[in-house]
Amino acid sequence: MKTRLTTALALALGLASPVAAQDAILNVSYDIARELFAELNPVFAQKWQEQTGRSVTIDQSHGGSSKQARAILEGLPADVVTFNQVTDIDVLAEGGLVDENWREAFPNQASPYYSLPAFLVREGNPKNIDDWDDLAQDGVQVIFPNPKTSGNARYTYLAAYAYALDKNNGDQAAAQDFVKKVFANVPVFDQGGRAATATFAERGIGDVLITFEAETGGIARQYADAKLERVTPSLSVLAEFPVAVVTENAEDKGTAEVSKAYLDFLYSPEAQRVLARNFNRVHDEGITAEFAANFPDVKLVTVEDVFGGWDKVQEEHFAEGGILDTVFVNQ
Amino acid sequence: MTPVTPPAALAPRQDRKAQWLLIGLAVALTLFIVVVPLLYILWRALSEGLAVFAQNILAPDTLHAIWLTSAVAIVTLPVNLCVGIAAAWLIARFTFPGRKALLTIIELPFSISPIIAGVCYLLLYGRQGLLGPALAAADIKILFALPGIVLVTLFVTGPFVAREVLPLMQAQGSEQEQAALTLGASGWQIFRRVTLPNIRWALLYGAVLATARAVGEFGAVSVVSGAIRGQTMTLPLQIELLFNDLNVVGAFAAASTLTLIALVVLVLKTLIEARTR
Repeated sequence: MKTRLTTALALALGLASPVAAQDAILNVSYDIARELFAELNPVFAQKWQEQTGRSVTIDQSHGGSSKQARAILEGLPADVVTFNQVTDIDVLAEGGLVDENWREAFPNQASPYYSLPAFLVREGNPKNIDDWDDLAQDGVQVIFPNPKTSGNARYTYLAAYAYALDKNNGDQAAAQDFVKKVFANVPVFDQGGRAATATFAERGIGDVLITFEAETGGIARQYADAKLERVTPSLSVLAEFPVAVVTENAEDKGTAEVSKAYLDFLYSPEAQRVLARNFNRVHDEGITAEFAANFPDVKLVTVEDVFGGWDKVQEEHFAEGGILDTVFVNQ
Repeated sequence: MTPVTPPAALAPRQDRKAQWLLIGLAVALTLFIVVVPLLYILWRALSEGLAVFAQNILAPDTLHAIWLTSAVAIVTLPVNLCVGIAAAWLIARFTFPGRKALLTIIELPFSISPIIAGVCYLLLYGRQGLLGPALAAADIKILFALPGIVLVTLFVTGPFVAREVLPLMQAQGSEQEQAALTLGASGWQIFRRVTLPNIRWALLYGAVLATARAVGEFGAVSVVSGAIRGQTMTLPLQIELLFNDLNVVGAFAAASTLTLIALVVLVLKTLIEARTR
């Protein structure tokens, strides 16, 4: 115990000298990705061992992705980030920690997998919820977190908005009207995605939960007894899960090579298979076909195409007094 | 329990009724605010059997969280004791300019929300903070590691010992110490033979409170921890994490461990009291 205490103290104080042939990297990630990376990391560790003869430990830190970005700016020694918001890596790039052309460093704009806002309904779908239209009906209770604090909910807002634009031939006023109706059906706005899940699944409030498709699959599995059913709307917004090497830290610690290899690994067939099994959509067509049951057809639009990019969305929709504030009447 | 009966003239029947009503109210409140929730934690933790409970406690991350929390408590306690006694002694025995100000500063952490303490340390020691660049140049890691957690815990637990010891020292006055001095005792002898025995209960009580707080601190630690699993997660952080990960049994198991640590501290206090008496 005493030696362990001393070792741990030394480690914590950063005094221990690195052991030869041993790599360690810290993956700082978004809140709900723990199970996913806990499954991916051992696969990478084995691969890295085979390729280089070196062992690697991957430490994980999970939290709201904006909070995590803030911690990295203040010195949390992340080697790589795997986030669910492009804007949070942009913040690191502005702070000089991540290369400013980070989106070109890896394929698919540095997003190894993607997801979309999708629905989860109660057993037998008693309210017949099949698409966004059904959420605006009277007497339907919709659950999603507060878009002011949750990136997950911002995607829900954008998806509902994009659907209404598509249906009304781009009529902004009609789209805002529609989104307002959906928001009026939300009885509680939780802080984050997991809290909304608890409201829906644990407390039994609401007829439909809207969250990332990657999460709906996991919840349906976790609460198998409740026989929750996944529903994929006809149209949704593509949500990227961007990754980047935190160049400044990695070069400092001499982990640039293993960090890049770790993120490259996320694009490999093995990793993509793990991702797809956990309901994350991947670009590899063969693997998508393998897990076709996980991924019903959906028309996906991007924030760039419909809203002209994140900067514009931020300015027009989410800024103080933006469109979100006008439809978000029951906050 | 025999209620202390005041002379008959002073205790008409209604008053006794009121007495029982108040006692009943106090018991009911204690039951529902303190006892039932604590028992419920244990019950939920054990709801899926002892094996599942043990398995959750022995999960490497939870085990590490228990160790880290104990380490933080063990490191902060002696510092709190020394600084607390020194501060109380200084304020009780001497008058000097700034004495009132010192007292206020010592009590400041009581009135400041722990989250502010965390953010202050972030702004001071962070990479973008005041001391950040100098610390980075010297390769000293404070935030997102044990030193940062210990520092904020010290901030939050700082006032307890001094706050408990000070009133006692002031009430007792310095006559005994002066007597010892005239009899030729050295400074250390006076402290060990006179001062310390006089304040030992207050000191113990302060230590218990400080430790309980150090073990349970959440807000300040959450800001400076960085939430690296198996490295900088203290037990309270781990409980929240397990709860958010929808691992209810794990969360309650960890919570019951924290409760257990608190109970052990209380039992220790009682034992020491009984022995020294």
